Amino acid sequence: MTTLHPAIETLPEPGGGEAALRGFLHGLPGVDQVGAEARAAGLATRSIKRESKLWALELAVRMTDLTTLEGADTPGKVRALCAKARRPDPSDPDVPPVAAVCVYPDLVPIAVAALAGSGVHVASVATAFPSGRASLAVKLADVADAVAAGASEIDMVIDRGAFLSGRYGQVGEEIAAVKAACRDARLKVILETGELATLDNVRRASWLAMTHGADFIKTSTGKVSPASTLPVILVMLEAVRDFHDATARAVGVKAAGGIRVAKDAIRYLVVVHETAGAAWLDPDRFRFGASSLLNDLLMQRRKQLTGVYAGPDHFTLD
Amino acid sequence: MPEPTWTYAPAPESRDVVTLRSAYGLFVDGAFTDPTDGGSFKTVNPATEEVLAEVAQAGPADVDRAVAAARRAHTEVWGPMPGRERAKYLYRIARILAERAREFAVLETLDNGKPIRESRDVDVPMASAHFFHYAGWADKLEHAGFGAEPRPLGVAGQVIPWNFPLLMAAWKLAPALATGNTCVLKPAETTPLSALLLAEVLQQADLPPGVVNIIPGAGDTGATLVAHPDLDKVAFTGSTEVGKAIQRQLAGTRVRLTLELGGKAANVVFADAPIDQAVEGIVNGIFFNQGHVCCAGSRLLVQESVVDAVLDTLKRRLGTLRLGDPLDKNTDIGAINSAEQLARITALVEAGEGEGAQRWSVACELPEHGYWFPPTLFTDVSQSHRIAREEIFGPVLSVLTFRTPDEAIAKANNTPYGLSAGVWTEKGSRILWMAQRLRAGVVWANTFNRFDPASPFGGYQESGFGREGGRHGLAPYLRSPDLRSPDA
Repeated sequence: MTTLHPAIETLPEPGGGEAALRGFLHGLPGVDQVGAEARAAGLATRSIKRESKLWALELAVRMTDLTTLEGADTPGKVRALCAKARRPDPSDPDVPPVAAVCVYPDLVPIAVAALAGSGVHVASVATAFPSGRASLAVKLADVADAVAAGASEIDMVIDRGAFLSGRYGQVGEEIAAVKAACRDARLKVILETGELATLDNVRRASWLAMTHGADFIKTSTGKVSPASTLPVILVMLEAVRDFHDATARAVGVKAAGGIRVAKDAIRYLVVVHETAGAAWLDPDRFRFGASSLLNDLLMQRRKQLTGVYAGPDHFTLD
Repeated sequence: MPEPTWTYAPAPESRDVVTLRSAYGLFVDGAFTDPTDGGSFKTVNPATEEVLAEVAQAGPADVDRAVAAARRAHTEVWGPMPGRERAKYLYRIARILAERAREFAVLETLDNGKPIRESRDVDVPMASAHFFHYAGWADKLEHAGFGAEPRPLGVAGQVIPWNFPLLMAAWKLAPALATGNTCVLKPAETTPLSALLLAEVLQQADLPPGVVNIIPGAGDTGATLVAHPDLDKVAFTGSTEVGKAIQRQLAGTRVRLTLELGGKAANVVFADAPIDQAVEGIVNGIFFNQGHVCCAGSRLLVQESVVDAVLDTLKRRLGTLRLGDPLDKNTDIGAINSAEQLARITALVEAGEGEGAQRWSVACELPEHGYWFPPTLFTDVSQSHRIAREEIFGPVLSVLTFRTPDEAIAKANNTPYGLSAGVWTEKGSRILWMAQRLRAGVVWANTFNRFDPASPFGGYQESGFGREGGRHGLAPYLRSPDLRSPDA
């Protein structure tokens, strides 16, 4: 049993008032940015070879939320993505399916139909993604719509404007309301860390989301740069680790945006492994939100098995 | 399905980049020579106890030869040479070191036992950086604040330790050469190889013969060197005990002396510290280089209200440290440098247990051969315990607590040493308040064991005197005309 830091011995109750919430979030131990960046850079030098690399590549495939979030998305595009999600490498049935397909709410029915029986989750962004600039009623309707259409995971965005101006209670209430609207669906809370500016804010936003019902905390929408970075993921993993110490509830982490090559994915897994621990090396506790990453994972996996690189034309376009 | 836990496959750095010779001579007057009256000794890989090479040991006649070569080189070549010309040699040495970095890293790890991650990312790049830094000073000495026409002292005898063999050689040689001195360097008995490879680099750089002479040997070689009557300067890094002996010996002579000795640094963690980074700093402070660091943060002072949380987080973090083959790129903790050092660490740890402190060690498997000690921490330590006062020079942390900033200062300063200290707090004003009161040559704020060639390093009290690094590191090798003594 780990002794809790005094700052997290008593957690704020949802609806417990703005002052209590602010006191809690600002009482959390600070994050020294230089130190956090150095730690992340140190972990990135781990050298993962042979069977441990193959294991990591397959785990990363199983952790992928294959994502398409474009205005130009069509049912055909989503069906193609779902086919890829079921069988990422058509030439090798040993490649496991990905964790989920992530689409806009109106395309959820298409994805649900295409993935029936596959075990691949359908995730939908909701709550006026990506900006979050809509009334709570509209956000909740957006969520209810996606859940009714069969989404088993909801990726919501927090109101960064409210967070940055210190209206933590408002952000927390929205998260709690969305969680209720999710019913049985898993709630991923997107912090949009690229707009939070400091790692202290990343830590506060993580705790705010976790204490108000998040099942996952997620870095980014993918629409803002920088998206996911190793130091940000490190801080979020420390938060879920400490939250687990405090409550015994395991919250997952999703790194989204900017992870394009297998080498980066493996670095993330090392940070997961050596920060939150081996229990987080599981698709129920860690995800990659990405699209182009998958093909590099497949290419590196085949290289690991055959010793030679196959060209990009041997892997399917989404 | 593969097993749920992730075991990293071995990722060893290849030994092939290093060509080990079976025997190494002395490097005197630009050439490798056999000793005239010294014998030889074996140097071993502390991770495996494998004998790496037979190394010549310098006797008194060899020390004489080396000092004479250095004197001649100083009088005829290096002393009169303009600074801008000396700089070219230093730049060349720095570049060759960088080019041959991997070779040096592997050799250092073989001979010393430190993880390749550290020799690759710290020791070798820092050694190169020191030569680059002092190369830049060589033609600017008259603007460095030591008078209009600062002159070199002459011949420097330099004795270095085994914990950072190449880096300490660079710390000693680079400022001495930049200022126009010539050198006789004695590397440590257990780690002579990287200095001898450096001798090859000096040849490759066409450094004039005699400017640097490298004479391996044990303590008696060092004693002969520092007692040599034709030295102008002695620089020593090593134990306080030997440092005191040297200071006694040189008292009353006109030989200039700088000493960089032991330490028992306090790493002070306040309740408002960035805890996760503080834990990293504690780990880096005492387990970097197996704790074989004179400025290691070997006394952890934690504010009482967070001590349990900090220790639990620390222990969990220590559980992720990877101890084993130093050549493996994922190894965090390598081998203890020698059987002798392992015996000293073991004895002090037993003393700690005997005095009633609570020992906790990482549960990890130690390799069958070689010299190893698991990362260890002691709680219930009081100021009077030997493990709180004596330098252990190993991966052993003594944890003490404090309640107020005044108490932290009192405990941190209650040591005969004074090399370094660390302060962890989010409150900037407290950092400054602490730094003003800590009696230590280096105070790190929210970090630990950070070095830079531009930053001076050195101690208070029994940690020695004189500064190495930066502009301050030039002073011990310069004779300012304004301060010239009557006999100079």
